[in-house]
Amino acid sequence: MRVFSVPNVRIKGVAAAVPATTADNLDCALMNEKERELFVKTVGIRYRKVAPKNITAADLCEAATKRLITDLNWLVEDVSILIFITQTPDYIIPNSASLLQHKLGLSKNCIAFDVNLGCSGYVYGLSIISSLLQSQIGGKALLLVGDVSTHIISPNDKSTVPLFSDAGSATALEFSLGGKMTFHLQTDGAGFDDIIVPDGGFRQPINETSFEDQEYTLGVVRNRAQMKLDGLKIFNFALREVAPNINTLLKEAIIDKDSIDYVLLHQANLLMLESVRKKLQLYPERVPYSLHDFGNTSSASIPVTMVANLRHQLANQSLRLLLSGFGVGLSWGSCYLGTENICCPEMILVE
Amino acid sequence: MELNNFVEKMADCFNQTEASEITPSTRFRELEEWGSMMALIVIAMIDSDFNKTVDADDLKAANTIEELLTIVQNKPTN
Repeated sequence: MRVFSVPNVRIKGVAAAVPATTADNLDCALMNEKERELFVKTVGIRYRKVAPKNITAADLCEAATKRLITDLNWLVEDVSILIFITQTPDYIIPNSASLLQHKLGLSKNCIAFDVNLGCSGYVYGLSIISSLLQSQIGGKALLLVGDVSTHIISPNDKSTVPLFSDAGSATALEFSLGGKMTFHLQTDGAGFDDIIVPDGGFRQPINETSFEDQEYTLGVVRNRAQMKLDGLKIFNFALREVAPNINTLLKEAIIDKDSIDYVLLHQANLLMLESVRKKLQLYPERVPYSLHDFGNTSSASIPVTMVANLRHQLANQSLRLLLSGFGVGLSWGSCYLGTENICCPEMILVE
Repeated sequence: MELNNFVEKMADCFNQTEASEITPSTRFRELEEWGSMMALIVIAMIDSDFNKTVDADDLKAANTIEELLTIVQNKPTN
């Protein structure tokens, strides 16, 4: 899609929730001591938040939303749009957004639906929800974004276990004259199987072989109902696509790079993020990272970074932000927007 | 000249290996330190310092550092 802007929508608040349980990659049994140290230094992820099996992405998003609604003093009946972006829904059928509409006590006049996206999901979600909200004078909307990726990876796969972490987030948006968000969104389905859970959909339904473990290389054991990640392909994809995507947005929307206060990148891998940062010639202090403490939280990683690294700035200042998400699909996109003293509660821990 | 530069950059990637062990004829994938993480580090180095993209197959096709450089040289500039 060409670069486009959505008028008259502003973010009013952002909240994020993570499971209380933390895993330490320096204790990860899938790697030896040297591998662990190299991993933490290179990939940049030390700690991961791991949800117990009875906590879903919808639960984490619900906790974040309830806190945000309270802190914003919103009336639940005023919310007319709820979008839930996840790849780990509560059920195959029905969508989780309907369940969340009920659990949150939102009005029956609220539209609610799921969108299946991962690492690009926050940026895509902002584009979808703002496009709907800009026609609703006085409207209020909730974008819920999160995954429990640890529930769909093999505990014996060192190509995924040390990376993924669980989180849910809630972003509150309002119709607001003068607000503006600008997007540049892209897709390349040729890489559909670079990150994939092969079995369990309707192309390859769960069958008697789905749960048979297979060793692909040393330390990479998983079954076909678990997530495969081709790390090198994704790494090259990010090096190739992310900086040009952002540069096109800046050029076509005539945005001066130096006017941006913070650039928030999907928290995938420190080496990857540093390569992208250097390509964009950005100072480190303008590109905050949360992955050391929170890992790769899929679509939630941008709101998690907002809460973990920029909470005080978001609450007390007017900021110009550039957001960029990239990954599974393959799907990627960037967004430029302004915020003004938004509500940003501290990180919520869910037991 | 470029070969020396490339060998030097490869030596910088291998932290746990003595720099003197990294020569044009070093079979880098047989070094004890080599692994999936080192592949990421080498790919990132080639991307940032030489503005070229190599993938997993390129790394597998090269036995020595000199062979890897030849592959890199034959790649289009990004």
